[in-house]
Amino acid sequence: MEFILITLLNSLSYGLLLFMMSSGLTLIFSMMGVLNFAHASFYMLGAYFAYAISAQTGFWVALVVAPVLVGVVGALIERYGLRAVHKYGHVAELLYTFGMAYLILEGVQLIWGRSAVPYAIPAELDGPLFTLFTTSFPKYRAFMMGVAILMLASIYLLLTKTRVGMVIQAALTHPMMVESLGHNVPRVFMLVFGGGCALAGLAGVVGGNAFVTEPGMAATVGSVIFVVVVVGGMGSLLGALLASLIIGVVQTFAVAIDYSPVHMLKAVGFNYGPNSFGYGFLDVTVAQVAPILPYALLVLVLILRPRGLLGKREG
Amino acid sequence: MSTLALELKDVRKSFGAAEIIRGSKLQVPKGERFAVIGPNGAGKSTLFNLISGRFGVSSGEIILNGHRIDSLLPQEINRLGLARSFQITNIFNKLSVYENLQCAVLWSQGYRYSIFRRLSQLQSVNERAQEVLELIGLQDRRNVKAGLLTYAEQRALEIGITVAGNAEVILLDEPTAGMSRSESDAAIELIRKVTQGKTLLMVEHDLSVVFGLADKIAVVVYGQVIACDTPEKIRANVQVQEAYLGGHAEAEVQ
Amino acid sequence: MQMKNIQTTQGSEMSISRFTLIWVAFMGLLIAAPIAFPSATAVALMSQMGTAMIFGLSYNMLLGQGGMLSFGHAVFSGLGGFMAVHAMNHAGAGNLWLPLPLVPLVGGMTGMAFAVLIGYVITRKSGTTFAMITLGIGEMIFASSLMYPGFFGGEGGVSTNRVYGVKIFGLNFGSQLQVYGLISVWLFLCTAAIYWFTTTPLGRIINAVRDNDERTAFIGFDPKLARYFTLIVSGFFAGISGALSVINFEIASAENLSAGRSGAVLLFTFIGGVSSFIGPMVGAVVGVLMTVLLSDFTPAWHMYLGLLFVLVVVYAPGGLTSLHHPLLNLLRHGLSPRNIPKFVLTILSALVAFFGTVCLLELLYQRVSPAAVELVVLGLKLDPEQSITWWFVLLSMVIGVTTLKPCLRWVVKVESKQRTSPTAFQEGGSA
Repeated sequence: MEFILITLLNSLSYGLLLFMMSSGLTLIFSMMGVLNFAHASFYMLGAYFAYAISAQTGFWVALVVAPVLVGVVGALIERYGLRAVHKYGHVAELLYTFGMAYLILEGVQLIWGRSAVPYAIPAELDGPLFTLFTTSFPKYRAFMMGVAILMLASIYLLLTKTRVGMVIQAALTHPMMVESLGHNVPRVFMLVFGGGCALAGLAGVVGGNAFVTEPGMAATVGSVIFVVVVVGGMGSLLGALLASLIIGVVQTFAVAIDYSPVHMLKAVGFNYGPNSFGYGFLDVTVAQVAPILPYALLVLVLILRPRGLLGKREG
Repeated sequence: MSTLALELKDVRKSFGAAEIIRGSKLQVPKGERFAVIGPNGAGKSTLFNLISGRFGVSSGEIILNGHRIDSLLPQEINRLGLARSFQITNIFNKLSVYENLQCAVLWSQGYRYSIFRRLSQLQSVNERAQEVLELIGLQDRRNVKAGLLTYAEQRALEIGITVAGNAEVILLDEPTAGMSRSESDAAIELIRKVTQGKTLLMVEHDLSVVFGLADKIAVVVYGQVIACDTPEKIRANVQVQEAYLGGHAEAEVQ
Repeated sequence: MQMKNIQTTQGSEMSISRFTLIWVAFMGLLIAAPIAFPSATAVALMSQMGTAMIFGLSYNMLLGQGGMLSFGHAVFSGLGGFMAVHAMNHAGAGNLWLPLPLVPLVGGMTGMAFAVLIGYVITRKSGTTFAMITLGIGEMIFASSLMYPGFFGGEGGVSTNRVYGVKIFGLNFGSQLQVYGLISVWLFLCTAAIYWFTTTPLGRIINAVRDNDERTAFIGFDPKLARYFTLIVSGFFAGISGALSVINFEIASAENLSAGRSGAVLLFTFIGGVSSFIGPMVGAVVGVLMTVLLSDFTPAWHMYLGLLFVLVVVYAPGGLTSLHHPLLNLLRHGLSPRNIPKFVLTILSALVAFFGTVCLLELLYQRVSPAAVELVVLGLKLDPEQSITWWFVLLSMVIGVTTLKPCLRWVVKVESKQRTSPTAFQEGGSA
């Protein structure tokens, strides 16, 4: 019981973190049709910027400043690079962001080195929030969840209740119409791209110290957020939320399960041992398989329901 | 069996809540040239899309030379002998004009996804491609990439691709769209030549073209074929006049 | 009717004698290369280029020919490599008759089999969806490789010995030169076969699918099947390249299946050029030079590769090989006395920009990497400790880049004025 509750809470916080990262990606894809391959790199930048800033001015300043900086970087990349390749089509845009991911990784390694940096949880947020039986649930995880929910609420309000949000929503499906109504659509694109990257940066600020801040973090998390966006449905924020939570739950629970099909067979009475047929194949625990579960889900969804759970359009 | 090349029986098509094609009936005898006319938004292109398999019907039957084709894929319908052109030029931009035609000819000559023969050695394919190339008058542009042709040349290529496979039933969707008078005339001559002996269905807005070329005219209004008759009878048809001119007869249709 | 001309993949025609000449020259190049560069490092480098070329050619069947962007191509070559390594070990132990020159076929069959297995379902979609599926599958296979150490050898991979069995024509393939020979033969055969593919009906139809997959259905072909079949053929050749790579290094490891490998072939092929047949081969040469040779000189090579890629994507999306037409055009027609001083200025500013950028990057890398190069320019050592070095380098980079942009714009203008016919300049976009 305790195990289930704690794992559920952990998966919720992980899922919400995934959502923070993938929300920006979904927004960018909905509006511009560009799958931003470098999105996880902005997550990484957020963590590194926060590390550098918090070393000077503390965590809370970094929480505000770092995402803004990341957003600026994103806007610059859109303005001076992506816009130029736009005329070559979606594949070229994808390749451009792919190249950007590569360069950002190199840049980060150049400035901060190849090993992990000690970006730590601030003292006031460290420690347990409450204790369930024998396991404690950390304050910081709750903080992460809070930030994610706040962020979701703000995006929702921004998009539905403000003028800017209305323009963005309109440009989501009819950019040319919006442009002929007098709105500066390229600037809207730049804002959305920068905004999406800022969201990823914010995720990095809160995620980088909870997990690890190292050059490999972009790659580890990058593929998973693509899975989230595709499974949730390209273009649907709600779908991204749903998919993030599903994947969060599946992965967190799977990692904790140390049983394999071999155990199952033995439990039902089969005399299954190392010499039995297919042993090597079945002797993998669920925990070992956990890393590939998101991808298996991705492939399945793409084959059976390419629109995703709540998607409005295909890739 | 039947002398009908194409038949539509109570065809309906809805996109979501909107019913675009609301029970269309049509009978096209073999070898005849039909023009399909109607106001904008009547559903003419949608009908073409339904016939050629781009969309599936919501209900009703489409019969090609006795086969039901309403649930088939576009390539299956094409293999049964129906080819169509597009209103917005839909060619292979990076291939040369000649290569475009070679591709269009391949299946009809019996070559599938072969990797064991070289295209240049398929005599029947090359002969037919050359024939169509000369028919559409683009010999001088043989090796030019299709994307670099002028608009009228691309429309000619569009027609060439459509007829290259020797399909018996040909659907042309606004073939002269965007052309000048002289270009239109040339295109109509081309169409007359290449559809000799075939069954033709053509969406057209230019009524002089229609009256000159068609054996019969089908008038589509609000997703229904409200009249299908010889040009003279259509000209005098009150319903058609109303549909086009909103009740003021005699005006333009002379 | 005697066909005096043959069609090339670009739709233009070439006389038979010129065509044969090109292939003979290719063969000559393969033979002459180790004679011109006989050192052990050079031959090793060229062996790697050979396998990379086959890999790139197989990849371009998907990307350039078929418009299918794949982020997981390494699974075909990787799986081919692993099957080959096991086959070699069995052959070495005497369980299996398999002379070394035939091992690449094992790799090819494996790659092809895997493509047959998964290809039907994944080629139902194209574009971004297809790219994402390949990404997912690539990650899945890579992650699986660590789960099944029996086949994949775990962290250390599976090693082998390529010297086994009886000698063939006196060769035991122990020396690097002999391996190079084996790779060259396979490279020649594969290049010829892949070129053949581009002249076949499927080769042409997959181009049509790339340009307009919807229209392809309306001329009687199923675009999904065309993609499926092309993937199978591509998987075959990728498997061959994987096996040759394993023969070369005598080891197969998880890295052969990694996203890094898949990304590398994408990078190299794109840099070389996806719209031409030899683009991937040029890209393979450049790529191997940068990753193997340059990496010995400077730790900044990774950055250079990335910058080159981005520059190609933004300014020359047809790849390096797409520059040959405009450049030739310029050289033939643009060299008037009026233009020459501006050309010289362009070259100078390019050199300055290059110098500034390289020095800046090297200086930056000196701060973090002990393996960095000490910069010595015209006898003067550039000391990263002194701020004047930084100012100098930064200034030259800024001056170079800001003068280069207008110069290049002018060059492009001059070139476009020289274009004699619409077909002289081929649109480079691959998207």
